[in-house]
Amino acid sequence: MSTQPPEAAASARELTYAEAIREGLEQAMEADSRVFLFGEDVGVYGGAFGVSGDLVHRFGAERVIDTPISELGMAGAAVGAAITGMRPVLEIQFSDFITLAMEQIVNQAAKIRFMFGGKATVPMVVRLPGGSGTGAAAQHSQSLEAWFAHVPGLKVVQPSTPHDAKGMLLAAIDDPNPVLIFEHKLLYKTKGPVPEEAYRVPIGKAAVRRAGEDVTIVASSIMAIKAAAAAERLAAEGVSAEVIDLRSIRPIDLETIAASVRKTHRLLIVYEGVKTMGVGAEIAAMIAESDAFDYLDAPILRLGGADAPLPYNPVLEKAAVPQEDDIVAAALRLARGEA
Amino acid sequence: MTAERAKSRYSAMLRIRASEEALQKLFADGRIPGFVHLSIGQEAVAVGVSSCLRDADTVSSNHRGHGHTLAKGVELEPFFAEILGRETGLCRGRGGSMHVADFSKGMLGANGIVGAGLPITTGSALALKLLGKGDIAVVYFGDGALAQGLVHECINLSALWSLPVMFVCENNGWSEFSPTSRQMATSLRKLADAFGVEYRAVDGNRVSEVAATAETLVAGMRKAPAPAILECATTRVRGHFEGDRQDYRTASEIQSLPARDPLSLARAEMQVEGVPPDWFDEVAKQIAVEVNNAVAKALTAPPPIDADLAAGVYAGMGSK
Ligand SMILES: Cc1ncc(C[n+]2csc(CCOP(=O)(O)OP(=O)(O)O)c2C)c(N)n1
Ligand SMILES: [Mg+2]
Repeated sequence: MSTQPPEAAASARELTYAEAIREGLEQAMEADSRVFLFGEDVGVYGGAFGVSGDLVHRFGAERVIDTPISELGMAGAAVGAAITGMRPVLEIQFSDFITLAMEQIVNQAAKIRFMFGGKATVPMVVRLPGGSGTGAAAQHSQSLEAWFAHVPGLKVVQPSTPHDAKGMLLAAIDDPNPVLIFEHKLLYKTKGPVPEEAYRVPIGKAAVRRAGEDVTIVASSIMAIKAAAAAERLAAEGVSAEVIDLRSIRPIDLETIAASVRKTHRLLIVYEGVKTMGVGAEIAAMIAESDAFDYLDAPILRLGGADAPLPYNPVLEKAAVPQEDDIVAAALRLARGEA
Repeated sequence: MTAERAKSRYSAMLRIRASEEALQKLFADGRIPGFVHLSIGQEAVAVGVSSCLRDADTVSSNHRGHGHTLAKGVELEPFFAEILGRETGLCRGRGGSMHVADFSKGMLGANGIVGAGLPITTGSALALKLLGKGDIAVVYFGDGALAQGLVHECINLSALWSLPVMFVCENNGWSEFSPTSRQMATSLRKLADAFGVEYRAVDGNRVSEVAATAETLVAGMRKAPAPAILECATTRVRGHFEGDRQDYRTASEIQSLPARDPLSLARAEMQVEGVPPDWFDEVAKQIAVEVNNAVAKALTAPPPIDADLAAGVYAGMGSK
């Protein structure tokens, strides 16, 4: 378990989430000639969300490669390059388009190490801008991370801060396994402290963003930011919420969650992906199966995406994913024994 | 007869142009809550092709689908209402610009996934062939889509099964912010050849040329089902989406666009054939009124009233 890492506190320099990822890419490419980046318009244009920026000018078109619109081929090319000695980083322009690449990621990348008896590793990273809130409708707004967390052999992370975006990217590039990084589109412009050196944020470790006594709120990606804001408001209502930013959903840091539940006796899980059959179900089940279950004083609550495709109209779109108000209301119900 | 057809095609193109210019303005005014990809400069493809189609023929489209939709006869007010996210919209405000659809007009939907219209259209063509009434299916897609594997699968399937499908490629030279020359190692002509599919290339900004060629292809496939590929060289006048700064385009390319304007090209041809300037003024006035009225009505339409999202997901569960 860790709170805000000490480096972050010491560093005064702030970067946006997108800049932090770019700096991580740059440092990884500088340090290791095996690392290369590819994806649609990541080179000359600098990435649809501006993440790769001018990296093509630093490293050339051989290492920052613009691809055609061929997601399946690209994912497979990452697998093939990885098992042939490289460290590919693939950007899928909108995470929704990974549906076209499922086969190579699920049947190949995830299984190669096990299936071939440990004779090969697949050190590839896939960066996936996702999430709703931009009016981009049903095919450009999804949060599909739970699909991949269901696949043994893959690692799945969702950094919520610029600090973690850089540190988890560097950890992912080091990792000998395929790592999928889901980056929330609404986070790209958010700012936060980012150390200048190349540092790693371990994959599989949650962060306690705020210590509290009355209720544990476990959240991932942008929901961790919303949960922290909600906790601020809850404090004003006399409810002390502990906020855990999951950061990684496979592997998942059950120990940090269970320790918090043993302390607060109440658990609220918040995530943007569809609630049904999602990350929250897994966490709730893990807690129910653990000794932490005995500490619960209330039912476990989940807030997740609606059981519907993401709608275009902005009012409906907001209604389709948990908002700060929903988190406050749910935590209050839990804390007041109304759940 | 020819003059009448030319007039109706010109009006159809102008209707699309005026509608998209209205959308351009609505977007700039912050009244559109999502992405908008305009087809200004590409109207002749949709209109030329649609002029050979009937209601029962199906069309499927991509992210740049406003022209394809309107050319198939979809009404303006629900079209605008959809893009404004209103309950009275084509899709009740659920879909937006990238997902306009009108099944009553055989318009099976715009699409947010590059290449995804092709398999749907291949299936639609299979159904139309089985139904046996001589109806055909059309899919519009861009040059950028050619890199998708499913495009190749669909050309193969349709050739193998002799499906009545017309693959209409709008080659505007761009795939988002990258020129096609950096995307494809071959051409559509060669692909067509490889699969043994009939192929025609036209100036996609000359509506008379698009219509004449489409007519020949469509007539052929109504009689004896078989696929065909129509590649239309065209021009994307606006950015990839509204808000795109387009700093990746050269000044000379942008300066070359007006000379290729499909409306000006059609007008010049029609004037040679004796259509008087008054006619153009009159039709411009009528369409401006029609578009303004539709926008005004759409702007007063209510937002989605049913906040119960889950109620709209499955059919047969008592929901709308
Ligand atoms: C599967 C998939 N990959 C990437 C995208 C992002 N994208 C949207 S449009 C586009 C370019 C399409 O170019 P083209 O097919 O030529 O159509 P145009 O925009 O030129 O009309 C891209 C890459 C997408 N929507 N779907
Ligand atoms: Mg194009």
